[in-house]
Amino acid sequence: MIVVIDYGMGNLRSVSKALEHLGGKVKVSSKAEDIDKADKLVLPGVGAYGDAVGELRNLRLFDSIKAYLDSHRPFLGICLGLQLLFPRSDESPDTIGLGCLPGRVRKFKSPGIKIPHIGWNQVCIKQKHELLRGIPDESFFYFVHSYYAQPQDDAMIAGTSTYGAEVFAAIVAMDNLFATQFHPEKSQSMGLAILKNFLQW
Amino acid sequence: MPQTMLTKRIIPCLDVQNGRVVKGVKFVNLMDAGDPVACAQAYDAAMADELIFLDISASNENRPILIHVVEQVAESIYIPFTVGGGIRSLEDIRELLKAGCDKVSMNTGAIQDESLIASASRRFGTQCIVLAIDAKKEDSNTWRVYSHGGQKPTPLEAIHWAKRAEKLGAGEILLTSIDRDGTKDGYDLDLLKRVSDSVRIPVIASGGAGALEHFYDGFVHGHADACLAASVFHFGEFRIAELKNYLLRRGIPVRV
Repeated sequence: MIVVIDYGMGNLRSVSKALEHLGGKVKVSSKAEDIDKADKLVLPGVGAYGDAVGELRNLRLFDSIKAYLDSHRPFLGICLGLQLLFPRSDESPDTIGLGCLPGRVRKFKSPGIKIPHIGWNQVCIKQKHELLRGIPDESFFYFVHSYYAQPQDDAMIAGTSTYGAEVFAAIVAMDNLFATQFHPEKSQSMGLAILKNFLQW
Repeated sequence: MPQTMLTKRIIPCLDVQNGRVVKGVKFVNLMDAGDPVACAQAYDAAMADELIFLDISASNENRPILIHVVEQVAESIYIPFTVGGGIRSLEDIRELLKAGCDKVSMNTGAIQDESLIASASRRFGTQCIVLAIDAKKEDSNTWRVYSHGGQKPTPLEAIHWAKRAEKLGAGEILLTSIDRDGTKDGYDLDLLKRVSDSVRIPVIASGGAGALEHFYDGFVHGHADACLAASVFHFGEFRIAELKNYLLRRGIPVRV
C-alpha cells in the first residue's frame, strides 16, 4: 500500500490520482498508523515550510514520518516534501524540519528574477537512479517554488536546474529517499515515468 | 556544464458556462467540443504548458457543476491548471483546490475585499493565488482597473493594484487589456511592460493575441512570463507546436 500523506497543504488529489492511473494502490491519509504500515510513502505539499511542520506536528505525524524514513522503505518527497527533509529553511528560520538530510533550504536571490520560480525548466541528471529510468537528460519538468534545498553533500544531488544565476538541486536522492523539487504529477509523460518507476521501486 | 533555463509559458484559456466549454475547441475533431475534459486533454496533448478555465456562469447556483468539472479535469490531465470566476471567499478557494485545480484566479472578489488575497495566500500558499486584473487605458501612464468581467470601473489603477496584490501575497498576475481583448491586434505592450517591471512575481499577458509575432512581442517587449490566448488556439489558426517552433527560432526559450 502506498500512503500519500494528507496534512492540508495543497493539491493531493493530483498525486494520488496519477499514482492510481499508473496502477498503484493508494491511500490518502493523515493517520500515523497508516504511515507505520505503509510499503511506500509519498510526502507531497505546497505552501510554507513553517506551516507544514506545524501541521505535521498537530496531526502527530512528525515522528511517524521520521521513523518511516529510518526504516529503509521507499519514500518520495515532492516540492515542499523535499524541503522538509532538511532541518532548516530560510523561510522559517526558527522551525526545525524532519532533518534527516544535512543541508539547508534557501531562497532564490539572483537579481532580476521573478519569484516564485513558476513553469517548465530542464533537469540535468547527475546520477543514475532507478527512479530516473527512461528519463532523458535535460527533460522538462514543472516547478513552482520560491525556495530550494542546498544539501551539504553534492553526492545527494541527483539532478540540477538553473534559475537566474543559481544552480539548484532539482532532485535529491539517498538510499531509500528520492525527492523532487518539481511536480512529477504535473509534468506530463516524463513526470508519470518517474511515478511509474516509483511504483516499481 | 549545460545551462538549463526556465521556459516561457503558453496558456490556452477556456470559458466555461454551466459546466460546458463555450466557444469549444475546434482545432481537433472532438466529438464534443463543449466537453471540458475532452478540450483539456486535447490541449495537454498539444503541448500547452498550463490551462486556465474561466467560469462565466451568471449565478453561483452552478457552483456544484463547476466543482464536478474541476474534479474530472484533474483526473484527466497531467499539466497544471487554474480556475477563475466568481471566487468570493476562502471556502470557494478551498473547494476548488480540493477538487484538484492547482491555482485559483481572483478578480472582482479581491477588488471588493483585498484581504482575501492575504488570507488566501497565507492559508493555501502564494503559488496558488493568481490575481486577475482587467485594465483599460486612460492616458499614456494610467490604466483603470475594471471589475465584474470588465463592466464596472473601479477606483484602482492597474500598476498600483498589481504592486499592492504582490505585497498582499499574490503569486502571479493575469493581466488582461480590455482595449485589446478580442481585437487580435496584439497585447497592450505598454501596459504589460509597466506592470511586469513593477512587480517581482510572474505576469501572464492576456487580451489581443492574433498572430505568432504577438507572442514574441509579449515576451520580448512586454516582459511577460507567460502568454495567454483563446480563440487563435480554439479555432486552430495556429497550433501550439507551430507557435513554439516559431518562438524557438526567434530565440525565446519554450518547452517543445
